[in-house]
Amino acid sequence: MGATMTANFATIGAMIGRSRNELLRVPGAAIPGVLAPTIFFLGLTAVFGNLRLLDGFGVESYASFLIPVSLMQGAGFTGAATGVNLARDIENGLFDRFLSSPAPRWVLLAGLVGAASLRSLVPGTFLFVVAMAVGAAFPGAIGLLVALIATMGMGIVAACWGVAIALKFKTQSAAPLMQAGMLTLILCTTAYAPQELLTGWLAVVAEYNPATQIVEMARQGFVGTVTWAGTWPGLVALAGFIAVLGAWALAGMRRTGD
Amino acid sequence: MLSRQTWRVIGTLGLRSAKQTFRRPQLMAPLIVFPTLLLAIQVGGAGRAVDLEGFPPVDSFLAFMLAGAMIQSTLLAGNSGGIALAVDIEMGFTDRLLAAPIPRYAMVFGRLVGTALLGLFTAFWFLAIGFVFGVQFTEGPLGIVVMIALVVASAVAFGSIGAAIALRSGSASVVQGMFPLVFVILFLSTAFFPQDLLQQPAQAIAEYNPLSFIINAVRDPVVFAFTTEDMLKALLGIAIIGALGAVLCARAMRHRLRVG
Repeated sequence: MGATMTANFATIGAMIGRSRNELLRVPGAAIPGVLAPTIFFLGLTAVFGNLRLLDGFGVESYASFLIPVSLMQGAGFTGAATGVNLARDIENGLFDRFLSSPAPRWVLLAGLVGAASLRSLVPGTFLFVVAMAVGAAFPGAIGLLVALIATMGMGIVAACWGVAIALKFKTQSAAPLMQAGMLTLILCTTAYAPQELLTGWLAVVAEYNPATQIVEMARQGFVGTVTWAGTWPGLVALAGFIAVLGAWALAGMRRTGD
Repeated sequence: MLSRQTWRVIGTLGLRSAKQTFRRPQLMAPLIVFPTLLLAIQVGGAGRAVDLEGFPPVDSFLAFMLAGAMIQSTLLAGNSGGIALAVDIEMGFTDRLLAAPIPRYAMVFGRLVGTALLGLFTAFWFLAIGFVFGVQFTEGPLGIVVMIALVVASAVAFGSIGAAIALRSGSASVVQGMFPLVFVILFLSTAFFPQDLLQQPAQAIAEYNPLSFIINAVRDPVVFAFTTEDMLKALLGIAIIGALGAVLCARAMRHRLRVG
């Protein structure tokens, strides 16, 4: 049992190492995942920055308000890229070799999502530096830690989604679906304004979208103080997404192997 | 003056490019789904912006945003047309056209006809959204016709830039890589917010961005009224972008013929 678990962890480590090698050997592949959320962050701050002047907005800097959303977007794009890479591996037959290895399916999934979680730190770090440069508030050590957990957690959620879609369609052409799915999930929250200032259908959707809790959790340190009451709903939402999408991805992986 | 035969070639290639796009959902989806999604989210997320001091008097934020969504879609149509042309180059279809007894510019014009049709489609799409969600078009049917004409003309202008990049690079992934630039240009214009309420340096850049000229003129018939100045600025913006695209296309075509 001990030896099996050691082998499983070694496999997960090897898959994470493969992802790291890809990043080091083809650094250009990471650029779109960094560039897109950065453009959105800077662009939306420039465009909607004056929304902070609305009564009830309650935040001094729009960059501080928006940066958690961009961190989630960065993680979302990274996770979606995991799905695209998996689709490529399926198309060129490499994934068949993984499936024919003695590694359990959950280990393969854990390797993929673990790598995505770590890779989400690449756009996250870049975005954080950019946000600080344009005047976002420093969230403090605890705030930063909470934002980090939310970012890496969202990386796992996005990777599970991407993997499930890749296993369903088995083609890189499904990439827009992977990206659009995460973008929709993240933007249908309090991304642009606080809940009280949202209008129409978005006000209703954001209120019930569990991703809102994750965004709010990550936002705490940037716009105020981190509290347990503001943190646990986000953790629950992350756990829920990971459980549901992880189960779907695992089911897809088991089906693919049959 | 183009000969009748050249017009036929352009028409045939245009029809081909339109069919190609409408038959491939992966080419159509980004032009429609993404701008529509962003429009819906931004209207819900930033809808209270109309309460800001200095925001021009409008019926709704959707009415204000409609022009931005249309032009965003046409920018993406230009990019999409460029990708399709690059795919033609990668697959060798363009080589066959080069060997055929047709003018070289007909290849680009044919592609632009397809892009113009896409522009027309997106204009109708966003007008339909406006009607469904109760947007009042201040200038009535004439205003709508002007909006459509401006959207189609700008699609052709943006398409010429996409075609130039495709001809120069010959790579679909390079043209696709221009996708984020679409948003840089949009964010630095009046696509999503009034110029006076943009943050610096976006506000200063938006003042001289030709895209702002086009968007303002497309927006006028919905929320304000026609002004000769805005219309002339829009036509100037389209002419500048189109001329730039034509020059770049000509240079890229020469380069392609030289390197093979």
